Amino acid sequence: MDDKGLTIWDKIKDSEIYFSFIKSPTAIVSSILLAIIFFCSFFVEFITPYNPFDPSSLSLMDAFTPPSWTSEGKVEFLLGTDGQGRDMLSTILYGSRISLIVGFSAILFSLILGVGLGLTAGFFGGKYEMIVMRLTDVQLTVPSILMALLVDGIARGIISRELHDEMAIYVLIFAIGISEWPQFARVSRAATLVEKNKDYVSASIIIGVSNFIVIFKHILPNIMRPVLVIGTIGLALAIIAEATLSFLGVGVPPTTPSLGTLIRLGNDFLFSGEWWITFFPAIFLVILAFSINLLGDWMRDTLNPKLKK
Amino acid sequence: MVMLVVAFVSFSLFNFVGDPINNMVGEETSDEERAELRETLGLMDPIHVQFTRFIINVSKGEFGISYQLRRPVSELIIERLPATIELVLISALIALVSGTLLGVYTGIKRKGFLSDFILAVSLLGVSLPTFVIGILFIYLFAVILGVLPSFGRGEVVDLGFWSTGFLTISGLKAIILPSVTLSLFQMTYIIRLVRAEMMEILQTDYIKFARARGINEKSINYKHALKNGLIPVITIAGINIGTLIAFSIITETVFQWPGMGFLFIQAVQFVDIPIMSAYLVFIAFVFVMINFIVDILYYFIDPRIRVRGDSASG
Amino acid sequence: MKYGYFIKILLAFFLAFAPTQTFAKTIKWSMQGDSLTLDPHAQNEGPTTQVSRQVYEALVTRGLDMKIGPQLATEWRTQGPNTWIFKLREDVKFSDGTPLTSEDVVFSILRAKQRTSDFKEYISTVSGVKAVNDYTVEITTSKPNPILLNQLSNIFIMSKKWCQENFAIAPQNWDAGQETIAATKALGTGPFRITLREPNTKTVFKKNMHWWGEMKDKKVTEINLLPIKNAATRVAALLSGEIDVVTDVPVQDLARIKNSPAHKVESTAQMRTIFLGMDQGADKLRTGNTGDNPFKKKAVRQALYQAIDIEAIKKKVMRGLSEPAGIITFPGVNGYTKELDKRLPYDVAAAKKLLADAGYPNGFEVELRCPNDRYVNDEAICTAVVGMLGKIGVKVNLFAQTKSKHFKELKDNQGDFYMLGWGVPTLDSHYVFHYLYESGASWNRVNFSNSDVDAAIRVMEGEVNLDKRNAAIAEAWKIVKDDISYLPLHHQVISWAAKKDVNVPIRPNNEPLFRFASFD
Repeated sequence: MDDKGLTIWDKIKDSEIYFSFIKSPTAIVSSILLAIIFFCSFFVEFITPYNPFDPSSLSLMDAFTPPSWTSEGKVEFLLGTDGQGRDMLSTILYGSRISLIVGFSAILFSLILGVGLGLTAGFFGGKYEMIVMRLTDVQLTVPSILMALLVDGIARGIISRELHDEMAIYVLIFAIGISEWPQFARVSRAATLVEKNKDYVSASIIIGVSNFIVIFKHILPNIMRPVLVIGTIGLALAIIAEATLSFLGVGVPPTTPSLGTLIRLGNDFLFSGEWWITFFPAIFLVILAFSINLLGDWMRDTLNPKLKK
Repeated sequence: MVMLVVAFVSFSLFNFVGDPINNMVGEETSDEERAELRETLGLMDPIHVQFTRFIINVSKGEFGISYQLRRPVSELIIERLPATIELVLISALIALVSGTLLGVYTGIKRKGFLSDFILAVSLLGVSLPTFVIGILFIYLFAVILGVLPSFGRGEVVDLGFWSTGFLTISGLKAIILPSVTLSLFQMTYIIRLVRAEMMEILQTDYIKFARARGINEKSINYKHALKNGLIPVITIAGINIGTLIAFSIITETVFQWPGMGFLFIQAVQFVDIPIMSAYLVFIAFVFVMINFIVDILYYFIDPRIRVRGDSASG
Repeated sequence: MKYGYFIKILLAFFLAFAPTQTFAKTIKWSMQGDSLTLDPHAQNEGPTTQVSRQVYEALVTRGLDMKIGPQLATEWRTQGPNTWIFKLREDVKFSDGTPLTSEDVVFSILRAKQRTSDFKEYISTVSGVKAVNDYTVEITTSKPNPILLNQLSNIFIMSKKWCQENFAIAPQNWDAGQETIAATKALGTGPFRITLREPNTKTVFKKNMHWWGEMKDKKVTEINLLPIKNAATRVAALLSGEIDVVTDVPVQDLARIKNSPAHKVESTAQMRTIFLGMDQGADKLRTGNTGDNPFKKKAVRQALYQAIDIEAIKKKVMRGLSEPAGIITFPGVNGYTKELDKRLPYDVAAAKKLLADAGYPNGFEVELRCPNDRYVNDEAICTAVVGMLGKIGVKVNLFAQTKSKHFKELKDNQGDFYMLGWGVPTLDSHYVFHYLYESGASWNRVNFSNSDVDAAIRVMEGEVNLDKRNAAIAEAWKIVKDDISYLPLHHQVISWAAKKDVNVPIRPNNEPLFRFASFD
């Protein structure tokens, strides 16, 4: 369904978007950066010879090796190693993959939930719409981080300890996703309200096209733009939220660290001179979030006709 | 209504997440002692009796005893409330004032080096997680420069019902780093919001009309545009107080600020349900209050609502 | 004339304030945790005792040299095998000015024996205590007890009158979350009294003007305890000068603190040995994959032992600050010898062979339970062990959690493979055997059981002939060492850091005694 939406959307807007894309250096730079990060994170197995998640492959004697360009550095560890002897670069890339997976899944989760609720609310109206909108109001006032912490706290109590580590990542996705959906719901409802009253939609309804098809074929494509903008900015937020939770020690377990977990672990060594253990994951996280935000910013400016001159 | 729902959620949290007794007693406790404790805590009563009692207790401000610290939760919360409130208020003030000022500036001067710079920094601010900023600040100001304290509240003066850090030099110094850290994210948010609002309003017909009438730019910018631009800021400011309280969890953890957020994060790690549920009820209460106040403020600032309200009453 | 008057006032001011200016100095002390309760009998736990020790005193106590010496009692003697007579100091007053008498001592010992006391096990052999006169106390034990003095050094003496007036006759029931006045206020005979108590934030100790002893340095008049949970923040606070002394410095930060011209670091071997336990009692590992319990075989235990590169842990994880251990006790404890403390060599090939010969050529899987906030770099040690055992094919899944949960679940018998540290406050091997090796003992979670060892423990408890007793201790150590019932790792080394001009003598039990603190 998404594909179909995209192709229609592409047909109509491709040229214009493309045009403003190549004219914006920030957009180009940030997307190139993102492409590199995505590629490296998802194909890390083929890039580095190390697997930081396999403890038996590590040697403790390699621990705390500084980055390769310093006097004590070793060539085989470009960005140095952490306290367990893990190669920083590969650990960061593996970690960034987890961050990205959590971020994407969380946004996808809230997108489906939010757009689904928003669309149907706008389309069907009535009490249902009122309830959904009231829910978004309530949800919007609860800060995402608090929501996520609560979900995590409850999950800790309910899920047995053996399952908790395995479930941690799903809990995290749910916890972050559940706090982002109202944005999507609001936008898609607003767009639906506009579209619903247009003649072609009314016509479709009158000739008896099923609600399902009307929603997906006619309304969904029209809300793709704002949803994409929110989704992009939301992705940055979700990645930061994941890092924050992991930093607070309630996110993904340290055996399969995400960027936030790495920063937390490295923080212990900040004052002892082993700055690279926390510095590189932190910088990587900032670059990642910054690039996504830049792209999202550009998208908002381009895709939001209100601000265009 | 919202409060009742929240109360129920926290009650269920209390009752269904693990056996409170197991969380409370040590391993040497015999079964008889456990039963005795269960009896004194009223855990043998039917659920609805327990829930009613819970509501009554909550309305009296009693949330039971922390599993971890073995002290009444209400006492712990009251002890830590001032720290969080002071931190959040200062941060909100910083975020609102500087956010609005910078937002207005960038909104009016759309092009220009300084505006671009502010915007770029603000985007970076959104991308920098709070905890990274906090660590950076500690490293820079406390360790390398050694000018500001890295943790805690400094000397506090106990006013009986409230312990304040505002009355001592060390207390004032201690609040600088955490409050700035906490405010940065909100500040960038407000900058962008105010800027967007200003830009939109400056393009509306009535501003164009005002320009056409020859009213000077300053007056247009600050009298007409800013006033309208502030409306969403107030809503956001309301939500922001809530967000700040939530984000204070992170700041308090990084700076060891003895507030409620710090208490809460330890509670989550320990699954200290009484503290978690008390915090939940407290936050819900704060949100309800904030929404209420924002609604009232709206009435005073946005003439449209006032007109509507008046016509309805009249 | 006018000026003269003015100068007089000025002089008076100067005289009034000048001495206090030079005298009033505060030591700001920080560590990870805080005292859990001020009730000195409610919780037997590190920071809690450390705080109580500044305020309360016992009949006898360990000095800086860790030897038992007089405190509230000036002399003592035994009368027959089961009766002890203690003579009290006659010039002792509580910090409210009331004098200490034998009634208070009797009351306190009985208080520490009550159900809610966390010290009742310490003095379980004490069967009677009575006041002979105002300054003489007679204690009877149910059987000869060679380590009574050790045990009494941990029983703090409270004021009977104060406890009665403040409804604190029984120790605070910590488990039930009871609130008592004794938990938030303290009245002792010690060098300090507590004037402000904000749990987990700040505790202020001021000098007790009624104290009978002499402070080492009269300038020390106030101690502030400011617990900081986060290690990095704690170090930052020390380096930025907000804190004067930190009694649990993370090993990785020692180098940096040493480099600071304004600070100094002291290290000493701590009275604590870190080791891993393997449940040999269960028929089947709870977290295993082989359907049996490999730990039942000594060869498997030895394989794990020899697969652990303790020197690498010492170098990388502990930054040189640990002493690899061969037994779970340390120098200074009665029964310790250098010979016993030797380790089996680190030898991966031998370990692999042992494992294969025992019938596990492909290794097995097990979960390792670890605290993450109890011992120095506990979680990092476990992580390192996971990697090392992985190299001989034993797949270890690490489960690290906060100390209170770790210990509780361990006591509930939930661990197959776990980390524990053992200190010996009595400085006698009996304490180790009694808790870790005796059949069915409360911390014997490896379910070790050996009738010879149990018999030796009986001898340690009842034998007053020291030679016979020591022979039993040596025999027991030999048996358990050969059996590899536990995997000893290392003796912890603790480090304190302080400002250059602040001297707080470091002690192997990690307990500061601020009456011995001084300024340069």
